[in-house]
Amino acid sequence: MNAFAYHFSFDFRVGIRNKTLMLMNYLFPLGCYVMFGALLGSINPGFLDTIVPAMSVFAVLSGALLGMPDTLVSAREAGIFRSYKINGVPALSILAIPVLTSMLHALLVTVIIALTAPVLFDGAAPVNWAGFLLVFLVSAFAFAGIGALIGVISSSTRMTVLFSQLVFLPSMILGGLMLPFSMLPPTLAKVALVLPTTYAMDAFGGLAMGQTAGTHPWLSAAILVAGGVLAFGMSIFLFSWDSKNATRKAHPAWAVLAWLPYLFGLGWSLLG
Amino acid sequence: MNESIIQVKDFRKTYGSFVAVDGISFDVRRGEIFGLLGPNGAGKTSTLESLEGLRRTDGGSLRIAGIDPSRQARQLRAVIGVQLQTSGLPDSFRVEEAMRFFCAYHGVATRDDLIERVGLSDKRRAQYHELSGGQQRRLALALAVAHKPPVVFLDEPTAGLDVASRAMLHELMRELQVGGTTILLATHDMAEASQMATRVAILLHGRIAAIGTPMELTATGAGLTKISVYTEADCLARADAAFPAVRQVQRQENYFVYFSTDVGPTVSALITYIQAQGDTLVDLRVERPTLEDRFLEITTKGTAR
Repeated sequence: MNAFAYHFSFDFRVGIRNKTLMLMNYLFPLGCYVMFGALLGSINPGFLDTIVPAMSVFAVLSGALLGMPDTLVSAREAGIFRSYKINGVPALSILAIPVLTSMLHALLVTVIIALTAPVLFDGAAPVNWAGFLLVFLVSAFAFAGIGALIGVISSSTRMTVLFSQLVFLPSMILGGLMLPFSMLPPTLAKVALVLPTTYAMDAFGGLAMGQTAGTHPWLSAAILVAGGVLAFGMSIFLFSWDSKNATRKAHPAWAVLAWLPYLFGLGWSLLG
Repeated sequence: MNESIIQVKDFRKTYGSFVAVDGISFDVRRGEIFGLLGPNGAGKTSTLESLEGLRRTDGGSLRIAGIDPSRQARQLRAVIGVQLQTSGLPDSFRVEEAMRFFCAYHGVATRDDLIERVGLSDKRRAQYHELSGGQQRRLALALAVAHKPPVVFLDEPTAGLDVASRAMLHELMRELQVGGTTILLATHDMAEASQMATRVAILLHGRIAAIGTPMELTATGAGLTKISVYTEADCLARADAAFPAVRQVQRQENYFVYFSTDVGPTVSALITYIQAQGDTLVDLRVERPTLEDRFLEITTKGTAR
């Protein structure tokens, strides 16, 4: 097994061994899935049409935004990245491996959700499984990229919580997970268009769930891919080996560039 | 032994307007344990981290086995091993995983033998945070030398350890030295430096205040040698003549204690006097100033070499 593969395997096991990561990768999204399925399903039966993609995106959000950034900041503060640098662990591995393992954890949770939702809650199953997998991968990549970027630019774990919640909470409320995008008031609908979850739900609807009306799934998928590439690219560009040795290539504020694809989506929607 | 493997020449490191290291030069010879001493803020960490390739230099040159740490990072990794002051390992790492992980990145076979050598065989499955401080340091040392680097940097390797853990680490360091490994040891522990280091350099305000073997450094200081003498008939109580080079005399129970600037003439005169008085010498102890005394002398007075 080469170093990258061993690093990946170790990082994946830590995602289960570490209590915080276990909570954010598995227990929290699965607990919320059961709770939302039982509660929202009875209050708003329409939720069951999107429970599989919505809870899949929720699992991705939980692992990528609430779990991963904190571990990156803690590792940097504990001098672990310095030790890695001395021993030849490249920055690309330090960032790419948590992104990949976070996607794998979310995929496992998604499989559980996709297989059990029709049985437990009479939720709608994807009609196109290949499309479902494709949209899952691009959504997971987009959010994992944002998670890595938050971990890189946060000066402390407190800042990580702030940045993560800044993305997580609006995504939960306005991103189409709880309420369909079509039900949002016009002003909030515009705000929702700068949230990656909106594009993830749109792409799931069009490419996996058979909802053709009012969706632009390929455009949404392309925006998510562009967002993921930019976020991950910026996280490599802004990466710093340790908190004391300020050798960052640019100011962390440049991280906002990762939002350009979503701003493009907003502009396209306004003009269209 | 005389071939230098680490060369530091006119090395300078600044942080804004603050000069952390101000043009220091020294060589470390192959196979020696070289102690880097100094109070906090003296420039030890900046020097170490620049040699380890973690910081860029602002002047002068650094070479480790001919490699420039700031330009040849890949080659540097093969020739140095580093035990950092901070943990440098994720808490969830198991001992055997850590060894496999670092060996994989260095491209060498997993060194399970080292886990055994540092006494962690029964802790292979233990996670890093479950190890005691001494076990963590031993694991860190094992990881630092897993790829058999010719140069090892140890930053405060025994700070806060109990006597047994400290002795075990010292034994490992000696083993490495015997095997031809060069060790650059940064420490605040003067006894450790005195006991382990072949040579030491004392840094003060970014400059080298003194460099040499521990014995050379203690010999060149202004510290007084303590000579304690106990005779059968206590003839020294009646001594009215001043002995050469003695600066101070104290009575401590049965002993007369002389503080001398030049031990040879003082001891010689004392013995002559005791014999002349027909007395018999029961005990004579000579205690040279320690490296710690010399360190305090240099750092409190701020004297340069």
